[in-house]
Amino acid sequence: MSTFQRTFIFLGFLGFAGYLVSFISNRDSLFEAYTQKIPGTQVTFEMTPIPEGEFLMGNDNSNNQDEKPAHKVKLDSFWMGTHEVTWEAFELFLDKNYELAISEEPIGEIVDGLSRPSLPYLDMTFGMGKEGKPAVGMTQYGAIQYCHWLYLKTGIFYRLPTEAEWEYAAKAGSNSRFFFGDDPSKLIDYAWIKENSKESTQKIGTKKPNPWGLYDIYGNVLEWTYDLYDPEFYKKSNSLNPQNPPVRLYSRVVRGGSFATAADELSATKRFQTSPDWKRIDPQIPKSQWWFPEAPFLGIRIVRPLNPPSPELIKNYYTASPITDY
Amino acid sequence: MKNSNSRRDFIKTGALVTGGVLASPFVLPGAYAAPVNELKLAVIGCGGRGTGAVFQAMETGHPIKLVAMADAFRDRLDNSHKLILEKYGADKVAVPEEMKLVGFEGYKEAIAAADVVILATPPGFRPMHFEEAVKQGKQIFMEKPVATDAAGIRRILKAAEEAKAKKLNVVVGLQRHYQNNYRDTIAKIHDGAIGEITGGQVYWNDGGVWVRERQPGQTEMEYQMRNWYYFNWLCGDHITEQHVHNIDVANWVKKGYPVKAEGTGGRLVRTGKENGEIFDHHVVSFTYEDGSVIHSECRHFPGAANRVDETFQGTNGRAYLSAGNHGILTDWKGKELYNHSRDNQPNPYQQEHDELWATLFKGEYKFADAENAAKSTMTSIMGRYATYSGKPLTWDEALNGSVDLFPEKLAWDAMPKILPGPDGYYPHAIPGKTKVI
Repeated sequence: MSTFQRTFIFLGFLGFAGYLVSFISNRDSLFEAYTQKIPGTQVTFEMTPIPEGEFLMGNDNSNNQDEKPAHKVKLDSFWMGTHEVTWEAFELFLDKNYELAISEEPIGEIVDGLSRPSLPYLDMTFGMGKEGKPAVGMTQYGAIQYCHWLYLKTGIFYRLPTEAEWEYAAKAGSNSRFFFGDDPSKLIDYAWIKENSKESTQKIGTKKPNPWGLYDIYGNVLEWTYDLYDPEFYKKSNSLNPQNPPVRLYSRVVRGGSFATAADELSATKRFQTSPDWKRIDPQIPKSQWWFPEAPFLGIRIVRPLNPPSPELIKNYYTASPITDY
Repeated sequence: MKNSNSRRDFIKTGALVTGGVLASPFVLPGAYAAPVNELKLAVIGCGGRGTGAVFQAMETGHPIKLVAMADAFRDRLDNSHKLILEKYGADKVAVPEEMKLVGFEGYKEAIAAADVVILATPPGFRPMHFEEAVKQGKQIFMEKPVATDAAGIRRILKAAEEAKAKKLNVVVGLQRHYQNNYRDTIAKIHDGAIGEITGGQVYWNDGGVWVRERQPGQTEMEYQMRNWYYFNWLCGDHITEQHVHNIDVANWVKKGYPVKAEGTGGRLVRTGKENGEIFDHHVVSFTYEDGSVIHSECRHFPGAANRVDETFQGTNGRAYLSAGNHGILTDWKGKELYNHSRDNQPNPYQQEHDELWATLFKGEYKFADAENAAKSTMTSIMGRYATYSGKPLTWDEALNGSVDLFPEKLAWDAMPKILPGPDGYYPHAIPGKTKVI
């Protein structure tokens, strides 16, 4: 073999290897399950890819008028939190001094300057405990600011799911009442609900997941979406990546039921909404923009779009001012 | 009321009402015995809680008119006034510019303008404000705690006697007394449902509360008053400001006040300059006259477990109570004797006002919460004296304590008694060394 030939083969090999590397790393960074470490801490969470696709949103056979009409919706790809956000992660955001104490490295000026929740006067675990359990009781503003904090820490655009994204991920390709079929009595294999929860949140990931690998998508805690609740929305919504921006404080859409929801009240299409009653016992005026002192059943599951929007849109998402509540 | 027409109407109405207020006599005890058409309200302390209390008064639906507001800070007063006016309109809110009383002294004029007063400043000011309201013969809603040291408690107790003599209704925001699960379950305990109470445990363990950063140009007095949670003359430490709720439940269940306290505490995780002088944990044993002991624990540790509730043991069973509407009695084998409903319970913060204002509009005398509130606050202060000194002390020693935390003079350029060292950190109690009484 001549030097020329050897060089040619070597270069060819390099080229092929380079192609392989780029192929693998693209696939890798593009669209597989991954574990996100919160920088400077031992806290991690898992993200599951939800492939782009089309599905039928809503349910024409429901007794709830707000689920009608069933309509086709097409969504871009995104990752979704494999689990609901836990206290371990949320509490780092909640208290800067605690984050500083836990972190193995400086947290940086930007994170340092982030607006944090007012520490709740009440015990926001409601006696249910924290370890391995979903964080609860936060407003949508608090949930979005948690995403903001994650963005400042990781550089990745995390946000709340739209209502459509939530339903698509929960259905996981099925068209039945639940992803496992129509029988609510089987929910107890997949979910912490009124029938089996003993009126408390439970550790995440201790029931069977849905076919796309999402745990506790039903029950445990209601999950925040970004959308304003409008019972008529399905009659007028876009078919591509629909969302109904939360221009009013009440009500907004929360999904999936909680430990306090009975099996017969629950389905993949059921639309729950927030209530000002959840701040009824807040003794302060204006009422807290961070906490619902009577919503121990409300938590967060985050998403990450495969193709993030422009930095400007990201900034707008995170810096929208909260609406005064009184 | 958001449009400019309403604003103009409000100003006109406000001027008329002020004339009326100045011309009308105070509501005197003797005259206060018949149904009333309208009551004038003043709020002293226009923070979130004072504003919230005004909302709750208005939500009772009675003909109440807010006529005066007082606060140390103009911005706090303005924010409060804006929200109350927007929500309830000029018919209910008639506070002309001259009745927006800013500074340390405005409370006297605000109280004078009203029939009923809400006292909701940081607790260090409460004795001064309560004394004045009683002196002027007003009906009173005041927030807990009612003082921050024994000197303040003695003033409250004296004024409470005068309030009783004058038949002035006094409701205090220890709202568990207006919450059904506490009322009903403790009534059962007092009826002997679990026998004699031999011991108990009361908790307020959570991650702590807000901090307000020092701003350029603030005097030391202004900084401490903005960041008041961390200074004892204003707040009394979290064992008093917050944990008083649970300690008060223990006293309620025990139908008395402890004769002795011993305890330990310190600053372990919340140790910054911005955290003033207060401890981040206190653990106290309170011994009652019958020898029974209540364990009290309060802690502000972020990341650690939370617990806010009360448990008691009796000769025939146990009790569990919490602000989340729990009220459970069991026998010693765990058999449930009573379980209070948790569904559709009234909001205790609203209940306080519903009951108070209904009584006021009937012209009746029914509420005398000040003495118990003073003694429960005193219990918490005695706990703090025990943890700060590291020494046991009796009720009488604590109540007669001569240490007065209040500043000699109230003015923006005056100095509080507690001041930061050259490094910006505040001195705090050292058990074994600190003198508390």
